[in-house]
Amino acid sequence: MADVQVESVSRSFGAHKALDDVSIAFPDGGFYALLGPSGSGKTTLLRLIAGFDFPDSGRIIIGREGVERVPVEKRRIGMVFQNYALFPNMSVADNVAFGLSVRGESKASIAREVRQALDLVQLGKLGERRPHQLSGGQRQRVALARAIVTKPRVLLLDEPLSALDKALRVDMQVELKRIQREIGITTIFVTHDQEEALTMSDRIGILRDGRLVEEGPPEDIYNSPKSEFSATFLGDANILRGDATGDGIRLSDGTAIVASGGVANATGGKASCAVRPERIKIATATASPLAAEGNMLRGRVSKRIFAGNSSTYFVDRMGEVIKVHVQNSGATKIEEGNDVVLHWSPESTVLISAA
Amino acid sequence: MMSATRILEGLGRFYIGLLLAFLYLPIVIMGLMSFNASPFYQLPFEWTTKWYEDLSRNTQLLAATWNSLEIAVITTVISTLLGTAASLALFRYEFRGKKFLQALLFPPIAIPWLITGTAMLIFFFGIGIGRGLHAILLGHVALALPYVIVVVSARLQTFAPELEEAARSLGANQWQVTMRVTLPWIMPGVIAGALFAFAVSFDQFVVSYFLSTPGQATLPVEIYAAIRKGFTPEINAVSTIIIAVSMGLMLITARFFRFGGEK
Repeated sequence: MADVQVESVSRSFGAHKALDDVSIAFPDGGFYALLGPSGSGKTTLLRLIAGFDFPDSGRIIIGREGVERVPVEKRRIGMVFQNYALFPNMSVADNVAFGLSVRGESKASIAREVRQALDLVQLGKLGERRPHQLSGGQRQRVALARAIVTKPRVLLLDEPLSALDKALRVDMQVELKRIQREIGITTIFVTHDQEEALTMSDRIGILRDGRLVEEGPPEDIYNSPKSEFSATFLGDANILRGDATGDGIRLSDGTAIVASGGVANATGGKASCAVRPERIKIATATASPLAAEGNMLRGRVSKRIFAGNSSTYFVDRMGEVIKVHVQNSGATKIEEGNDVVLHWSPESTVLISAA
Repeated sequence: MMSATRILEGLGRFYIGLLLAFLYLPIVIMGLMSFNASPFYQLPFEWTTKWYEDLSRNTQLLAATWNSLEIAVITTVISTLLGTAASLALFRYEFRGKKFLQALLFPPIAIPWLITGTAMLIFFFGIGIGRGLHAILLGHVALALPYVIVVVSARLQTFAPELEEAARSLGANQWQVTMRVTLPWIMPGVIAGALFAFAVSFDQFVVSYFLSTPGQATLPVEIYAAIRKGFTPEINAVSTIIIAVSMGLMLITARFFRFGGEK
């Protein structure tokens, strides 16, 4: 196993800068998610780490070895492709054996290692099948077994779960995580699915337009995002904009919003505050006031969406919409058109310097 | 009472029957006449193997048959190898003038062979290659190559490039990737391309006619010469043998390779 360092890597395709001076340290044995919308450069970065493509400038280091000019077949990486890329002319066992057989290992040791790998992904009995006889989840497991059987230094996953349906995807998330822990391999995972990134990884790097916007453990980024982009891309967020007051912002109507987290910024400039919809409490304006939690806004419910275990209220406040998630605790619901009071604590408010 | 679908079905069957008759009746009649005693297609049918015996003594026709087979086989091998390699290169790499090169592949298929043949004759004469079996071989390879490239490239369109990437990520070098992943997938296309190449060469009359010399000719050229001198049922005999052999080959190939059928 090995850690991976990407240092000031840039890659352009014609006039388009796919990656612009990106540096990331992927810790040894960690599960790192590269998250971003399409065109953010996350797949380009994965392909550079794999060795399918080479950076225009910058370094890529696996373990202690600078590999930025080493082609993929010599990099000792394992990769799982979005559509699995199983060899259709080979059985499951031959697919898994491929990496061992091209390096000329003996038949006996190949057979042993293939069996171990198939057992690890719980496909021990399906070695003789052809890929087209397998379900999507089984193909996924074969692709994973094939990628790890060669004992690569790094495991690269290119949106490996995106082709699976929702229920299977959740199962495979758990399974993938189990296998990754079991063999302790450094894993880099490309996804555009923020939920997947949150649930699976130890660290997340958010990419946008070829730049690393923010990185850190999922909880840190979720709880105190450093930019409007990461606040809204990783999870749902209400963004309030106004004049910076030092410890918060003042909205256009003079209401002060106090934040305890986020960047310190000077008064006088513009700034934003991010508030997660599930942190906001909602009450009808006529109800007896609850203990004030610091920040308070008034508005009117313009829409309510029921989603089983929770409801989302869209509260209209002077033309702006604030989203509020409420757990379904059996409390009486608030009808559309009612005036409401929203309040939340400064601890739930993250100050973000204006973009 | 017959329903409309029944009538349509009947018409359909009749149409297919006619189609098959037009395709195969001349061949069947030719085969039968090669065993008929009368050299002027006269009935009643009288069984004989005389024409085959004559054929076995007709050294000129036999030599031409061997020339044809030899040239067809060599053309098939060379153009299949070159064509497959070219298809792989066109599939894998982006380079300047690629689109232009690909476009250049089609005119040789569309240009009448008469014109290609004339052009080759003039060109070969001009640069000293001249005429003869070697010139015919060169010409046939040039004619067959575009067919192989078009057929193999069509098959490559169904190949997922990630498969090559996956193989490389597992440590396979270019040769291993090609032999173990790409070729097995495009094999039906390669076989089909080879059959095309063989057919283009073995059927070739016009270009061969221009490039042959007396004594160094292929079967179609020799048959044409023989017919001009006066028709003999030996021609029926040699044609029947060739049809039997080539149909046999096709059936064997069809049995071993289900074209495009497998997923």
